[in-house]
Amino acid sequence: MKEQIESIASEAMEKLENVQDMKSLEEIRVLFLGKKGKLTGILKGMGALSPEERPVVGQMVNEVRKQVEDSILKNKNRLLQKEREEKIAKETIDVTMPGTLLARGKKHPLTQVLDEIKEVFIGMGYEIAEGPEVELDYYNFEALNIPKNHPARDTQDSFYINENVVLRTQTSPVQIRVMENKKPPIKIICPGRVYRSDQVDATHSPIFHQVEGLVVDKGVTMGDLIGTLQVFARSLFGEDTNIRLRPHHFPFTEPSAEVDVSCWGCGGKGCRICKNEGWIEILGAGMVHPKVLEICGIDPKVYSGFAFGLGVERTAMGRFNIDDMRLLYENDMRFLKQF
Amino acid sequence: MKAPISWLKDYVNINVDIEKLAELLTLSGSKVEAVEDLGKSIENVVVGKIVSMDKHPNADKLKVAQVDVGKEVIQVVTGAPNVQVGDYIPVALVGAHLPGGKIKASKLRGVESYGMMCSIEELNLTSDYLPDAPENGVYVFRNKPEVGRDVKEVLGLEPVIEFEITSNRPDCFSIIGLAREASVTLSTDFKKPEITVKEEGKGKASDHASVVIKNPELCSRYAARVVTDVKIEPSPEWMQRRLAAAGMRPINNIVDITNYVMLEMGQPMHAFDLECVDGGNIIVRTARDDEVITTLDGQKRQLDSSMLVIADENKPVAIAGVMGGENSEVTSGTRMILLESANFNGTSVRLTGKKVGIRSEASNRFEKGLDVENVIPALNRCAQLIEELGAGKVVPGIVDCYPVKSETVEIELNDKEINNLLGTDIKREWMLDLFEKLEFGVDRDSGILTVPSFRADVRVQADLAEEVARFYDYNNIKPTLLSGKSSTLGRKTYSQKMEDLIIQQMLSFGLYETYTFSFTSPKVWDKMRLPKEHELRNAVVITNPLGEDFSIMRTTTIPEMLGVLKTNYNRKVEDGRFFEISYVYRPIEGQMLPEERKVLTIGLYGNTDFYYLKGIIEQLFAQMNIKDADFSPEKNHPAYHPGRCARVTIGNTATGYIGEIHPEVADNFECPARTYIAVLDIKTMIENSNMTKEYKGLPKYPAIVRDIALVVKNEIPVKDIEAVIRQFGDTILEEIKLFDVYKGEQVPEGMKSVAYTLTFRSPDKTLTDDEVNRVMENILNGLKTDLNATLR
Repeated sequence: MKEQIESIASEAMEKLENVQDMKSLEEIRVLFLGKKGKLTGILKGMGALSPEERPVVGQMVNEVRKQVEDSILKNKNRLLQKEREEKIAKETIDVTMPGTLLARGKKHPLTQVLDEIKEVFIGMGYEIAEGPEVELDYYNFEALNIPKNHPARDTQDSFYINENVVLRTQTSPVQIRVMENKKPPIKIICPGRVYRSDQVDATHSPIFHQVEGLVVDKGVTMGDLIGTLQVFARSLFGEDTNIRLRPHHFPFTEPSAEVDVSCWGCGGKGCRICKNEGWIEILGAGMVHPKVLEICGIDPKVYSGFAFGLGVERTAMGRFNIDDMRLLYENDMRFLKQF
Repeated sequence: MKAPISWLKDYVNINVDIEKLAELLTLSGSKVEAVEDLGKSIENVVVGKIVSMDKHPNADKLKVAQVDVGKEVIQVVTGAPNVQVGDYIPVALVGAHLPGGKIKASKLRGVESYGMMCSIEELNLTSDYLPDAPENGVYVFRNKPEVGRDVKEVLGLEPVIEFEITSNRPDCFSIIGLAREASVTLSTDFKKPEITVKEEGKGKASDHASVVIKNPELCSRYAARVVTDVKIEPSPEWMQRRLAAAGMRPINNIVDITNYVMLEMGQPMHAFDLECVDGGNIIVRTARDDEVITTLDGQKRQLDSSMLVIADENKPVAIAGVMGGENSEVTSGTRMILLESANFNGTSVRLTGKKVGIRSEASNRFEKGLDVENVIPALNRCAQLIEELGAGKVVPGIVDCYPVKSETVEIELNDKEINNLLGTDIKREWMLDLFEKLEFGVDRDSGILTVPSFRADVRVQADLAEEVARFYDYNNIKPTLLSGKSSTLGRKTYSQKMEDLIIQQMLSFGLYETYTFSFTSPKVWDKMRLPKEHELRNAVVITNPLGEDFSIMRTTTIPEMLGVLKTNYNRKVEDGRFFEISYVYRPIEGQMLPEERKVLTIGLYGNTDFYYLKGIIEQLFAQMNIKDADFSPEKNHPAYHPGRCARVTIGNTATGYIGEIHPEVADNFECPARTYIAVLDIKTMIENSNMTKEYKGLPKYPAIVRDIALVVKNEIPVKDIEAVIRQFGDTILEEIKLFDVYKGEQVPEGMKSVAYTLTFRSPDKTLTDDEVNRVMENILNGLKTDLNATLR
């Protein structure tokens, strides 16, 4: 009997050592530990043993049973581990394939530039004002010190709806509307669409966008204007950017200036982008003309202010090196995707 | 305004090189557009004299010339048909640089050639600059210059500075004005031309001519001189060259002198053949509506009563300030002339010029408003040059009609106010010195400045501030940052933030932002299938559009979005996904300005459908926390597919339309058949959005879920089914989720199966099956009664 048990034990251990899959493992379990299994069979045959032998054999069987059970568990874990490894080995995917998430769309380059401009000025305490595009001649011209028949009206040929209504040629009328309705301190920028009677070509469009800025308060100086534009230019074009002001003429500012920034392509040395001048004109600016303040009911003896305006298209074209303005209005997805 | 450098140097001492001069003038307000050096890239080209010339042994069209170039006589082969022995010609020597390249010794058909005879084209010049140049061939010097001299020197090729003059500075539309600016900028001497007239003619000017001004509001001064014994001939080369360099074509001595004075002094001049002015009487008056004049350019011009003309007793002889008439033109036969120097109203000249379609050098100056005190000096300068050039005898005296005297303007210098405005600390003395240099009358004690008559742009303290600032140099003003001024809070408004959110949402759905034009063509209405009286046809009309395509302000964004889709479809973009935030413009009865409404437009084609578009909008509404949005079938929008369009409302406010574009409209706009567009009003969305958020407790009790599949008629929208379910769902119905719609063999013809998952939950206890069953029974009964829906 004892030999028989030992032989069963060694047979079981050998089989378990060599088992390769869960199914065989289960078969082995049934073969030895099942209801009709070999060890169970021994226990069933215990009745034939002497009372002295029974506990000895019983203990032997239990020991072997424990040994087999432990081995089954051990081998089961071994097989599970092996199975998992095999599965993992089969599951390799090509991680270089593209992701399946729907590609996010893109903001139009003009919006991107506008966003940057807004961010800079909001950071400096400005609010954003808007006004109508179909505008009264009064706001677009007269209140800006450009009376009827003023030659300056020629330089920005306008679309008229009737004698008194015009498609605004600049965002400056928003200034007037704001000053009429708000007491200083005023610090606003007015982004918006403007219209001039220019044929469409690589550098002109009858529709384009401007951002106007206006500050009115006690004691605002031209130094404040220059400092503000310097911060703006550096935020938009980089910390090393310089600005240069040149005297110019606008009917609604005095003194007036055109503002250049050092070329973003060459830093001022001269290159293709700046046509070898080292400077690129981006802004018109000046101190609000006392007449304009007066027209808006603000006392020029008490308050002063500055205003500036820039073209968004030109800025965007410069920023992104776009050589043809028409691309901005064509909306070819292959173009829009690049920004 | 083009200024040859030598002309400027006649009146101002220029002590810097030309690049520096250009930079400094730009920074003091006279913007230099370009510096054009006429002699640039012409090196080693000298005057040569042809000593002898023989036929080329191997070529009929070539000649072999021996040319004296001063130091030596060289052999030059030329093909020029016009040269002869004894001619003085420009010769490019071996090693010479020309705009076309470098000259080398070479063999032409076997004969050595050591240089090239030059045409004006080869010297990069035009016939304006050298009007006596032959059309085809080598230039021949008429005045026999010294052999061997550099042609740059002989021809006076020099740098020309081109200025951009702003409309407020007509005084700078002249060499004198620019010289004055340069002298103040450089702190060097400035001198005006010394004008003296000998007046060697017989009698008095008033014996020959008279002037009457009928419209003093349009002509404040008209002065005239008379010149007899006129000898018309070409003007001297130096004058021709200056005129050509400044961009004007030389004509004859008299016309050239008037143009020369205009360029130099800024005062347009005109010369009439006095024998063509009937009675010698100049009448300045408005034209009659039936009058016609042929101007100097040979064009017939219809006049009207808004235009000022110079007339004699019988006819107009010039359009005032714009262009002279052919009938009184100075010609080779002219013997006596009347010189006009006048001051015309700028606006009148501008409008007249526009009407007749002429913009001349004269009108361009008058338009800006000229200095009435410049009339006499310019007239005298003209007379002086006529005498100096021997072009005629100036009759003593000036006929000067000056009905409207100019007023002197005085401004008290307030240096403190100026420094406050500029943010500077500039000394009063510095300012007073500056205004003296600028020819203001300066009373140093009182600080009262008398504005010179040529500076009509200076009227208030801010104008003085600009003068101070531009010569101080704007860039010397210390940058500051509004320190010590009121502090303000920079931020976006709620609406502006919501607009940003809308854009972010659109981007997250893979849509690309577009910018389209806001004016369009009325042709789009028919292409959109809009009936004749449709409200969208009522648009703001531009009276002077660039063309029909850009002639009205859009009332809808659908055509432009279809345009974007078409462009991309044509360019083989597979999936078109776009959006735009822009305005539509609708006239309002009784109001001056139209209503401008901002709309969100979405356009899709390709791998997409109606529900994809609707999903975008539902998600947008969810993000904006918009409640009460409703999508109802819309069969009557002419631009949409009648079975695939929904009207969107929020609360009870019409918000827009979404759907598939009508196949005919898609065709008309050359878009793919399945094209989807949504247009939604942004203001309505924002007004109904709600960004205040509050936490509600998570459910404490479990939910019971029931699936049902209903069979209903095809045409019943799920919205109606859901309304019934909700109506009978009691308070415990938490969620209705549609998970399947099926049409086909399994359900009868004309019917569909609609399957829902219904979720029931109570906030304060665990529901029992019985409780849910009761509600389910009510729901099913309701569906049966209201919609004849049966369980499948």
